[in-house]
Amino acid sequence: MIAPVDEGELAVLVAGADGPLRVRGGGSHGIGGPGEPISTARLSGITLYEPGALTMVARAGTPLAEIEAALAAEGQYLPWEPPDLRALTGATGAPTIGGVFATNTSGPRRVVAGAARDFLLGVRFIDGRGAVVRNGGRVMKNVTGVDLTRLMAGAYGTLGILTEVSFKVLPRPEAARTLALRGLDAAQAVAVMARALGSPHGVTGAAFLPERAEMLLRLEGPEAALPARVGKLAALIGPLTEAACDWAAIRDGRALAGAGDVWRLSLTPIASPAVVARLPDGARWFMDWGGGRLWVAAAPGSDLRAALGPIPGHATRITGTGGTRFHPEPPGVAALTHALREKFDPRGLFNPGMFD
Amino acid sequence: MDMPAPDPRILARKAHVAARLRAALDGARVIDAPQDVIAYECDALSAYACPPLAVVLPETTAQVAAAMRVCHEEGVPVVPRGSGTSLVGGALPTADAVVIGLSAMTAVLETDFDNRFIRVQAGRTNLSVTGAIEAQGFFYAPDPSSQLACAIGGNIAMNSGGAHCLKYGVTVNNLLGVTLVLADGTVVEIGGPWMDAPGIDLLPVICGSEGQFGIVTEAVLRIVPRPEGARPVLVAFDSAEAAGATVSAIIRAGLLPVAVEYMDRPCIRACEAHARAGYPDCEAMLIIEVEGAEPEIAAQIAAIRAIAARHAPLEFREARDADEAARIWLGRKAAFGAMGRIADYICLDGVIPVSALPQVLARTAQLAAEYGLEVANVFHAGDGNLHPLILFNANDPDDLHRAEALGADILRLCVEAGGCLTGEHGVGVEKRDLMEVQFAPADLEAQMRVKDVFDPHWRLNPAKVFPLHLSAARRGAA
Ligand SMILES: Cc1cc2nc3c(=O)[nH]c(=O)nc-3n(C[C@H](O)[C@H](O)[C@@H](O)COP(=O)(O)OP(=O)(O)OC[C@H]3O[C@@H](n4cnc5c(N)ncnc54)[C@H](O)[C@@H]3O)c2cc1C
Ligand SMILES: Cc1cc2nc3c(=O)[nH]c(=O)nc-3n(C[C@H](O)[C@H](O)[C@H](O)COP(=O)(O)OP(=O)(O)OC[C@H]3O[C@@H](n4cnc5c(N)ncnc54)[C@H](O)[C@@H]3O)c2cc1C
Repeated sequence: MIAPVDEGELAVLVAGADGPLRVRGGGSHGIGGPGEPISTARLSGITLYEPGALTMVARAGTPLAEIEAALAAEGQYLPWEPPDLRALTGATGAPTIGGVFATNTSGPRRVVAGAARDFLLGVRFIDGRGAVVRNGGRVMKNVTGVDLTRLMAGAYGTLGILTEVSFKVLPRPEAARTLALRGLDAAQAVAVMARALGSPHGVTGAAFLPERAEMLLRLEGPEAALPARVGKLAALIGPLTEAACDWAAIRDGRALAGAGDVWRLSLTPIASPAVVARLPDGARWFMDWGGGRLWVAAAPGSDLRAALGPIPGHATRITGTGGTRFHPEPPGVAALTHALREKFDPRGLFNPGMFD
Repeated sequence: MDMPAPDPRILARKAHVAARLRAALDGARVIDAPQDVIAYECDALSAYACPPLAVVLPETTAQVAAAMRVCHEEGVPVVPRGSGTSLVGGALPTADAVVIGLSAMTAVLETDFDNRFIRVQAGRTNLSVTGAIEAQGFFYAPDPSSQLACAIGGNIAMNSGGAHCLKYGVTVNNLLGVTLVLADGTVVEIGGPWMDAPGIDLLPVICGSEGQFGIVTEAVLRIVPRPEGARPVLVAFDSAEAAGATVSAIIRAGLLPVAVEYMDRPCIRACEAHARAGYPDCEAMLIIEVEGAEPEIAAQIAAIRAIAARHAPLEFREARDADEAARIWLGRKAAFGAMGRIADYICLDGVIPVSALPQVLARTAQLAAEYGLEVANVFHAGDGNLHPLILFNANDPDDLHRAEALGADILRLCVEAGGCLTGEHGVGVEKRDLMEVQFAPADLEAQMRVKDVFDPHWRLNPAKVFPLHLSAARRGAA
């Protein structure tokens, strides 16, 4: 594995590469196809943190844990709750901030706060010719030219290797409460979650765990404000009881560890129960994002996508081998994304086969 | 500001192109009489104007595609247009271009409150999107001051923001999907009413593409529940430093107002003369709006009051009822109109890190004095998005040139302070020739490659955003 010490060395390496490169974050078991592993582990460190401007700039290989610790010391956090999928994948390395943005992965709060990409303000990256490209910046609003910054979020390293990212952070809410409603089926649960998320009471998490027939709502805000909000929610949707809930476990899909191949679906929330009804026998599942995110563990090696047929959204395979990892794009979109990859990486160096 | 010379071969084929458009459009309006195309010669940056070859006003996505196909086959440039409120010449035509306007495409196609989205045709105005859902307690969050007039397609093309985007984000954060017609007439559906893309997400590059990548004909927009209540406060200061420090301290304290707006003395005076909102005559004034349930509003305002008190405010005025709230916003909402009564103005849109506010405002005042021009400031302080208004006399060409030169200097200052040329208005032709202040050649080359993908022949709004000398080869090859 190659681990360049700085952006300049990485650029030279890419410019001179004569075969595929497998782009990796901080040594965690990165996904990606064939090729020489190239790691951002040594491009590490927070370069600027202005709590009063809610902005941080960090090199792409900075461990997520280091970022979260620096933010916690100032009472701030990453609002989109980046998941840690190691319980599912069995990987051991430490996730990096570059990997978080390259995969655009977001946790339960995404349903109201936005995704990782919504907080990304600027990037530096190396394109497939070895050129250093800068886009965006460190200010909150920026429409100067084409937004390559957010294009990089979710590109899984196929358009370039991120070397530095700047992003918006937020003050951590003072307090949180979880409220549960039990004895619901999937259709009832998504209906209740839709009402809760459509209310102005500040719901920041809405999950349904079928094995306990339990719908969970998270409220966050100033301690003093929460009792009144709990009362209003209960008045809107019924007798809620306070419950303990590990939202990090929901975020990371931990309930499905060891239960089979794990898939993550993005759906129109209300359609989620109909998709559940079509799951193969023996599949285990739970819902986040009010039904908009459906986690499924299916029989090893099976192609869940093929089993389900058309769905209002898309399905990504997190672990296992059945079917392609990413949902095939509609032909018009696929033509555009292929052309983009050719423009940014004309020699096809970065993670070849990732989206195929 | 230069524009490429029109292609004489296209001008010579005008009647033929118009006839083909009429045949393809099946009843939708095609305008080509010289006295009628005049209405489309400019947008809100009216210093630059040029009547287009023709204008088409389709009613369906299929008609937009048909018009695009004709222009593609004829090699004619296309300028997409929403409501023409762009402040940067984004919708400025060239004489050889066909304007495709979306003003006849205003329908609501679907409202879905359980899944919290609305699907509209892209010519629908921003305010009427909220109008279609407010009875159910929802709204569409991005709220440009031009929201009564500007269209969702224009908002998407410019990635527009507004006073409330400090909390709710700008257009890109509220856009779930689009129907996009490419330059050759291909129709692509991107995204939909779910929360992310399966892989590479094209929405962020379509959002803010300034009509250069395709024509957005339909959009799926996220809608959000209206808060239980909202209340503004007005805080007056005797210095920009005190106002700037207060903004930073509020954010630092973990308070998240929905809006923090700033006005300086010249702007306050103009607004008073025009709107009589009852503003104090002071050096700097903040309007801070918070929202939530009543006790939460009260708690946030108490915290803001305590922070402001540390910066010697001249006045702290809390709206006690809806009428007082409206009066606090009245002057701010009338600011651009009020300034327009005093003089002609250029409205800049630079962004800086909030921490640099006092230095940048001081240096702006110095620069204005050097140029012998007056600058009034009214802007979104919470996110550092400045709107210096440079006052000048449009009947005096020399005055316009000096105003433009001052504007360029102020934008350079924003970039040097760690910011950028534009936070919400876009580049268009107005800031096109300043792009190299902010970007290195490789940065712009990477951006132009994205245009190569969406519009390989560079026919959509080709003379915008990128400095002409950098795009010449690509445009020439078209
Ligand atoms: C479909 C899917 C499958 C996943 N599979 C695994 C897995 O098998 N093992 C695991 O540990 N986690 C996996 N994750 C989780 C994901 O890797 C983590 O969310 C991410 O935070 C890990 O960061 P990392 O630094 O370890 O990145 P890595 O796991 O090393 O890489 C993750 C992806 O990001 C890209 N990437 C990383 N750094 C950069 C950079 N600086 N510039 C450009 N691209 C970069 C990689 O090429 C790869 O495509 C998966 C996520 C998804 C959505
Ligand atoms: C008084 C005033 C106040 C303003 N306040 C704000 C503000 O607070 N915040 C803010 O962000 N902006 C503001 N603006 C700027 C302007 O209103 C926005 O840029 C708006 O989004 C433009 O929308 P429009 O429909 O008028 O677009 P147009 O002016 O018609 O076009 C703007 C650009 O979008 C392209 N375009 C238009 N429609 C489409 C489409 N369907 N598909 C593809 N491309 C398209 C055009 O080619 C052009 O490049 C203000 C303008 C005025 C005059």
